[in-house]
Amino acid sequence: MRALTWHGAHDVRVDTVDDPEIINPRDAIIKVTSTAICGSDLHLYDGVIPGLMAGDILGHEFMGEVVETGAKSTLKKGQRVIVPFTISCGGCFHCHIQQYSACENSNPAEKQDPSTALYGQPMAGLFGYSHLTGGYSGGQAEYVRVPFSDVGPLVVPDHLEDEKVLFLTDILPTGWMAAENADIQPDDTVAIWGAGPVGLFAAQSAILMGAAKVIVIDQYPHRLELARGLGAQIINYRETQVLDALLEMSGGIGVDCVIDAVGMEAHGFALDNILEGVKQKIGIGADRAHALRQALMAVRFGGKVSIPGVYGGLTDKFPTGAIMEKGLQIRTGQTHVQKYHKMLLEKIEAGEIDTTFLISHRLPLEEAPTGYKNFKNQQDSWTKVILKPGMESAA
Amino acid sequence: MTSHDNEGAGAFGTAAGIGLALGAAALGAFLTTRPRKDHHGDDAPGFTQRRNFGHYDVTGRSVTIRKPRAELFAFWRDFSNLPQVMENLESVRPSGTDGRSIWTIKAPGGRAVEVETQIAREVENEIIAWRSVEGSEIDTEGRVTFEDAPGDRGTRVGLIIAYHPPGGEVGRLVAKAFLREPAVQARHDLKRLKMLMETGEIATSARRRDQTRAAKQTQQENA
Repeated sequence: MRALTWHGAHDVRVDTVDDPEIINPRDAIIKVTSTAICGSDLHLYDGVIPGLMAGDILGHEFMGEVVETGAKSTLKKGQRVIVPFTISCGGCFHCHIQQYSACENSNPAEKQDPSTALYGQPMAGLFGYSHLTGGYSGGQAEYVRVPFSDVGPLVVPDHLEDEKVLFLTDILPTGWMAAENADIQPDDTVAIWGAGPVGLFAAQSAILMGAAKVIVIDQYPHRLELARGLGAQIINYRETQVLDALLEMSGGIGVDCVIDAVGMEAHGFALDNILEGVKQKIGIGADRAHALRQALMAVRFGGKVSIPGVYGGLTDKFPTGAIMEKGLQIRTGQTHVQKYHKMLLEKIEAGEIDTTFLISHRLPLEEAPTGYKNFKNQQDSWTKVILKPGMESAA
Repeated sequence: MTSHDNEGAGAFGTAAGIGLALGAAALGAFLTTRPRKDHHGDDAPGFTQRRNFGHYDVTGRSVTIRKPRAELFAFWRDFSNLPQVMENLESVRPSGTDGRSIWTIKAPGGRAVEVETQIAREVENEIIAWRSVEGSEIDTEGRVTFEDAPGDRGTRVGLIIAYHPPGGEVGRLVAKAFLREPAVQARHDLKRLKMLMETGEIATSARRRDQTRAAKQTQQENA
């Protein structure tokens, strides 16, 4: 089959590789009809996430048709499914309490040691990410082996086309959980760093949850316009002093809820960010936490901090004083997709949520490397790239 | 070394000198999963101490499995089940009388090392302890304990293995195959046990059947 494979920083290629097979009884094989490039794929593209190996197939936002099932899969051939990016067994303690992204059984035993060394306990398995998360082949391919197919995949009705439901695999539940983690109350002002897909879906979710005011911060005019289109107010940090603006826009008290939808590769020209950029380049696992630092300054005393943006390592000069003295509540994590996807599918069916506004480009899988390059370098106009394995090349 | 360390090493060394006839009782003082009464210590399991145990290497590990004690006990008590989760174990088969078993451990180059064990102690749904019989190629003891985890979290399974690394050719093979990093091996084996019991299968990120860890191991052994 054809698949997008990683070979090093800024080097991804579409190669011919072995087709996947059913290995375990609960597996299914999915023929991919649509898959997307995620903002977190750009962290892999930039080579700042440890534990990738040359030839790894990327992609963790994918959906398609069931073409083969193991003896214990509950799926049926021909069904259309979206597949959560988190691989969850459904039987362990964490799955039992719906903390699916902390599944204890999906990361193979012999792959659990590096993430245990980093975080104290092992990470769960994720599709198309690092070998810290199992090294599972991802969804930017023609076919994918999906383990625990009786737990993760959600069958979608035929009348909803791919583009309406594809984002249930990651970014829509991630935006929703980001807003939920901010514990939004009706009078709350919510500030969101990053008008990428997760930031935009977090804004949409925060509005649905009844936030009094939602403010989105970014530097790209087109992305900010999308945020405004959802009903959010916007701040362009190239033109405006963010901290001053947020203090004023919250009546001098500070914002109630802050959401960092940026993560470890924050842009910006502050001193902390430039130093951390250097550290990241020489590969010492440094996170660039500029957006998060700013969020911790902007949030009010006793406020709420939600971090859906991806971090992987350590960060220096972190404002522990602000966290403690301000009495903040911080909630974070990879998304428990299986906790939210059914409910969000219902909202899509009912017309309460539309996610298609985000899609800027549709490419054949063969042109995935172009998609990566432009998604990274032309962030203003390339807001979301969908890859279609079956699509004819325009060229 | 502190005086505690010396005492510990000495006491265990003596026990080892007398021979494993003392069995689990002697080991118990050092390997207990319960807080130690004989030691000015904390409440942690004995095997997490910063000390050594004489000539013995000791490794211990716990895992919580969301299954009832009886089910897990029954799985473990049938030793022939264990090669499903213990990577370096080729087979365990009964050898005649009094619950003796022969454990065949994989070694490089398609070779194998055998250990004959007997049950030292067994309390249904609580503990199984075993030790190698006199004259066995490897001098080892182990025990697995089962206790209820809080609430509906299932069962805490604790595995403790002590062994005296043998010398000579056997020692070399065993160290290579199994015992060089017993802590890592025990950790991975317990995780595989957890996977098998909680999910009915052992997770692999391979894309094809001939690329799984088990398949690659078999290919290596046959090479």
